[in-house]
Amino acid sequence: MVKVRFSSALNSVTGTRETIVELGDTTVKSVFGELVNKFGAEFEKRIFENGEVRRFVNVYVNGDDIRHLDGLDTPVTDSDEISILPAVSGG
Amino acid sequence: MSHVIGLKCRECGAEYPANIQNTCYECFGPLEVNYDWEYIREHISKEKIEKGPNSIWRYADLLPVEGTDYVDLGAGFNKLHHAKNLGKVLGLKELYILDESVNPTNSFKDRVTSVAVTKAREFGATAIGCASTGNLASAVAAHGAKAGLPAYIFIPSSIELGKITQMSAYDPNIIAVEGTYDDANRLASEVADMHPDWAFVNITVRPYYTEGSKTLAFETAEQLGWEAPDHFVAPLASGALLCSIKRGYDELAKLGLIESKDIKVSGSQPLGCSPISCAVREDKEVIPIRELNTIAHSLAIGNPADGYYAKNVILDSGGYAASPTDEEIIDAIFLLARTEGIFTEPAGGTTVAGLKKLVEEGRIDPDERTVVYVTGNGLKAQDTLIKHIKIPQAIKPTFGEFEKQYEQLVVAQ
Ligand SMILES: Cc1ncc(COP(=O)(O)O)c(C=O)c1O
Ligand SMILES: [Zn+2]
Repeated sequence: MVKVRFSSALNSVTGTRETIVELGDTTVKSVFGELVNKFGAEFEKRIFENGEVRRFVNVYVNGDDIRHLDGLDTPVTDSDEISILPAVSGG
Repeated sequence: MSHVIGLKCRECGAEYPANIQNTCYECFGPLEVNYDWEYIREHISKEKIEKGPNSIWRYADLLPVEGTDYVDLGAGFNKLHHAKNLGKVLGLKELYILDESVNPTNSFKDRVTSVAVTKAREFGATAIGCASTGNLASAVAAHGAKAGLPAYIFIPSSIELGKITQMSAYDPNIIAVEGTYDDANRLASEVADMHPDWAFVNITVRPYYTEGSKTLAFETAEQLGWEAPDHFVAPLASGALLCSIKRGYDELAKLGLIESKDIKVSGSQPLGCSPISCAVREDKEVIPIRELNTIAHSLAIGNPADGYYAKNVILDSGGYAASPTDEEIIDAIFLLARTEGIFTEPAGGTTVAGLKKLVEEGRIDPDERTVVYVTGNGLKAQDTLIKHIKIPQAIKPTFGEFEKQYEQLVVAQ
């Protein structure tokens, strides 16, 4: 059971700030596959550009930026938390 | 009628009304303020600016605020020093330093905060907040006190005690986070997102916040007799400051307040946390880093929000970037104090050390009129600097003892 938290900037496509994905041990990529099934092509368009996470989207697994981990191949295990946040903040 | 139309996405151009919002709902891109340039052109003039208050608010026509009910502790209108002594040491013919150590909470962050908190109050925000490497924290806490708004401050727990002492005096809610600034910033972003009626100055009201740093360019140009420098050097953490200064000069040129010219833009970042400088020097993407290792705590941001834009601004202008070591940063702090009488913290040391390296590498021409932005105050970083000074030995208050010490201190050298 992976918990995914969405930025409010995604509210208009997800309609929720949080969802649960039941996949067992998996990767960030398959979690996103599941989210696209759930929220549709518009969700995919907001997050991805040419198959890559957009420059201004940050994806965190338990608080760690996936750019510091294995990107979309980062393993995700049960009880992990994923958050999707805009990159341009802070400083 | 107002000079502000609203917000606009820097990436896809989508427009939004002025509000507490920093991200484009279409593409996740960052938003910026969308001004009505016709309106501004009709209302602005050098004479009007020169008659304005001795603070950033003399440039209100170019700041995204309605009315004149500013949250104002007096940020800005600081002295542009003609740094002849340091210029001579470095072999620069015309060097200037804008000294930001003298702002109300002793860093340039008072400029951005005054704008952001004024805007927060305009929007009816019930609280303000920020993620901070140390300086923004005090600026936000102080302006929050002045505005009567509660402040939520997220900092990495490892920053200088001097900064924690100062921010605590204003009595904000301080959340000290285990980890780096990037961890504190991510947490603050999530909290900000859950509290749409709070205004996090560098997160949810970031488009207005970054406008405040344009005044560094405005003040420089005004004090140079409405002219731009040939080259400027600024410190880099998130990269927002450097981009805003450049935008400030561009706007003055666009309005005809200064002559349009190509200004070289250079940045400096400590070697132990150098994602933007590395990207400039190697002409590659800005790659965020996880481990930050520098005494320049105020510049220790591993995942710089404006890194991508800052790198492009620098390279497009023909400028360059430096990554001085901690030792070079410390040396530069004392060099600046000794030559110009300005005592800065490691962020300022980084900038001056970067200036020195860029001159040595031939990236800054000795004939260029160069401006350096010294953005913080040395008194905040005493815990770092005390390790590098000689604590004076006490003597008995007798003339004989003085003479002995005079021998040692002066004559023997
Ligand atoms: C004293 C000082 N100078 C410069 C900076 C860098 O500003 P920016 O994050 O906009 O690049 C900071 C940032 O926190 C700072 O505290
Ligand atoms: Zn957009």
